[in-house]
Amino acid sequence: MIVAVASGKGGTGKTTVAANMALAIKNVQLLDCDVEEPNVHLLLKPKMNETKPVYVLTPQVNEEICDHCGECARFCEYNALFVGPDKVLVFRELCHSCGGCIIICPKHAISEKKQQIGTVRIGTATGMEVIYGELKVGEAMSVPVIREVKKQIDKEKNVIVDSPPGTSCPVIETVKGSDFCVLVTEPTPFGLHDLKITVQVLNDMRIPFGVVINRAGIGDKKVYEYCEENSIPILLEIPYQRKIAELYSKGVPFSLEMPEWKEKFETLFDEIKEACL
Amino acid sequence: MKQLTILSGKGGTGKTTITAAFAVLAKNAVVADCDVDAPDLHMLLHPEVVETQEFEGSKLAVIDEEKCTECGLCREKCRFDAVTEDFKIDYIGCEGCGVCTIICPLEAVTLTERISGYAYVSKTEYGFMAHALLSPGEANSGKLVALVRQNARILAEREHSDLIIIDGPPGIGCPVIASVTGVNAGLVVTEPTMSGIHDLERALQLLRHFDVAPFVCVNMYDVNEDNTDKIVSFCGEHGIKVVGKISFNPVVTEAMVAGKTIIEHSPENMVSREVESTWKRVLSALNKE
Repeated sequence: MIVAVASGKGGTGKTTVAANMALAIKNVQLLDCDVEEPNVHLLLKPKMNETKPVYVLTPQVNEEICDHCGECARFCEYNALFVGPDKVLVFRELCHSCGGCIIICPKHAISEKKQQIGTVRIGTATGMEVIYGELKVGEAMSVPVIREVKKQIDKEKNVIVDSPPGTSCPVIETVKGSDFCVLVTEPTPFGLHDLKITVQVLNDMRIPFGVVINRAGIGDKKVYEYCEENSIPILLEIPYQRKIAELYSKGVPFSLEMPEWKEKFETLFDEIKEACL
Repeated sequence: MKQLTILSGKGGTGKTTITAAFAVLAKNAVVADCDVDAPDLHMLLHPEVVETQEFEGSKLAVIDEEKCTECGLCREKCRFDAVTEDFKIDYIGCEGCGVCTIICPLEAVTLTERISGYAYVSKTEYGFMAHALLSPGEANSGKLVALVRQNARILAEREHSDLIIIDGPPGIGCPVIASVTGVNAGLVVTEPTMSGIHDLERALQLLRHFDVAPFVCVNMYDVNEDNTDKIVSFCGEHGIKVVGKISFNPVVTEAMVAGKTIIEHSPENMVSREVESTWKRVLSALNKE
């Protein structure tokens, strides 16, 4: 079973929920798909045993064959190629690696070369497998790194996938194929606004979901009202407590120091499992 | 004209709270909300939309069922797995590259425009604002960010404004890069947590990569003062200016619930004073850039 943990707004507690839920159950694979800013490993401190480079393919023009006809630049929807009178410029950061320029070139002057844009790291922590991706700083495209992280999914395990914030392509790539999505939010106007956008995305993708309210007690009641009006289940509430915030600041999953929470996260996972049947 | 981007790496550290406060404190600045997939700044600044533009992000392939013989070439060549088994285009997967249109021997596939969001030019009580909303699940947020920044520049020139304040998205990828390229300075808002520190370091590397002057502000610094000290000494070692420390206070959430910036909601509160002195230091550092 694959459970994604997402939220429109950043900093609502996705990683906290993902890590504590992973610690409460057995046979776990925990994936961090927030490859721009991966944080799962900071909480679980896994022992890393494998590193895999992530490459994308970008065009390479053989200037000896190229007659600068400009077909490739006209074709490219991303403006990643500029054909001058005697030179072709490739703007690598704009390229989506679709391979179209190679097909369109009448002279067969374009080939592809591999370019590393990130890394997938695989390790273990307290009996679970921890996998995270890391986008190279300065690289724009996080989706290919997310795809590589997700290739490590072992469907025999209880897979928990920590998503990046937002609602655009990296989030779609992360939650795609999940059996259930946990939306972590906080009971504030920003939390509610971004929750609504994420709900729209998940409805479009037909992925079942439920809400975890973090920092319960701050803000207002509007997130609760919204969930009730739209029949969205509230799976768990985590109160705002100084102790939880302090443990997080030190990089400690709070259920390790507050054992009564282990059971709550276990129940959370059981409820998700039931909802998926 | 100067441009300042507020970024953070990690989400939820207080970018928008600080940007909104700066918008109130600044005299004659244009504000740009570049967090186009989850914009929140409008909930504090209440812009009145003056102009709306349609944003065409990526195109979408469409297969003409009449012409298609289901030969499978497009499925084979599509690198985004966007052609389904029954030869429909998965609109979420499709990146609008057009490979299917050139590979199809029957010319059964065409690319169509799709509206991926809207860009807005608006007026607030404190000046003009450029912002946008990407349709949920759409790609190409970097391109929409570029449009918002272009709108902000036009506004700034028209209004003779000398500063653009940009609220950036979390992360360090495509929309963040589009928010920081060519600006005078980046203010990284961080928090004293292990994740905050890790993400701060990557955000600072990003600014260095694009040759943007870095400033740092530690929000909620009193949640873990040991970590705050670590951040301050890390910045000191790397010659990075720490322009402010802002304390944790529930009044920030209260202001948000009231739909107001912290400066308007509680001008006498400690947090407001800390934000004000941060703003003054940012301004003076920015003027030296």
